[in-house]
Amino acid sequence: MSLIFAAAADASEAAKAASYVDWWGVISNIGTVMSMLAGLFFIMAGTIGVLRLPDFYTRLHAAGMTDTLGAELILLALIFQCDNLQMVLKLLLVAFFLLVTSPTATHAVAHAAYRAGLRPLLGEYRAPTLDEDAS
Amino acid sequence: MTENVFRERVLLRYSFILIVALVATWLTLSGYFKPMLLSLGVISIALTVWIAKRMRILDSETAPYLTVPQTLSYFCWLFKEIVKANMAVVRAVLSPDMVVSPVLTRIPTPQKTDIGKVMFANSITLTPGTVSVDIQDDHILVHALLSDMSDPWDFAEMAERSAFAIGETIDVPRRPGSGEGASS
Repeated sequence: MSLIFAAAADASEAAKAASYVDWWGVISNIGTVMSMLAGLFFIMAGTIGVLRLPDFYTRLHAAGMTDTLGAELILLALIFQCDNLQMVLKLLLVAFFLLVTSPTATHAVAHAAYRAGLRPLLGEYRAPTLDEDAS
Repeated sequence: MTENVFRERVLLRYSFILIVALVATWLTLSGYFKPMLLSLGVISIALTVWIAKRMRILDSETAPYLTVPQTLSYFCWLFKEIVKANMAVVRAVLSPDMVVSPVLTRIPTPQKTDIGKVMFANSITLTPGTVSVDIQDDHILVHALLSDMSDPWDFAEMAERSAFAIGETIDVPRRPGSGEGASS
């Protein structure tokens, strides 16, 4: 949030000086804050999922969530802050490689577990209530 | 003799594509235009192309330039699917009683090429809520977090689109009663 206010303060000073508002700066800072917050939300939800879900395979799904939307949204937030094309292209390359390598790693881990004989928990699962947990 | 000439020409075309891609990558990552750094780039690109040629991997898998537009549009569609699946997983994980129903399903892979299968399996894993666990000759074993994510018709659509993205056409069964099959 402070980023927006800083941008607004910059813009108002500039407006006093030459009646000029740095609209691109305001927009890009808002974009950065929005996508950074969304990315952090998905990473947090993924972490909570890893802690709450019952077995190895279901936890993989939650972990996969952090490295798709979470990481991509944070990279998008960084792209909004770039001031030259080279930086944008570099970050796009990072996003692309992340998109290609992270499912490969997830598959390797899942495949190794399956080959080692870890059977997945199947059927409906419901989070235990507090009473069940205590017993 | 003519076959040899043809092979040489194909190799030349793929090495040209590879060189273009490598030059673009080098300039993007380096960003310096000093003579010394540029000559280092030329040397490493030449070495890479030579090694690729020696390994006989200069083919359509190394330089898939023909299908770039299809691949880009496929990534756009896939990103939309990823967002939708993320929402479903977040809703399941953050709800207080967290009802999940993990299932293992076999998804047929009609793709003929290895890269088509890789593309399909990676797309499945990339979509949260589904992970490809084991890849056999003609099917993929998929672990899904929620049982309604294991709808075979959704996978059939993804199979068709991912095959199209790398320039392969496959026959997938149409969803019955969707009306989509009648129009196309």
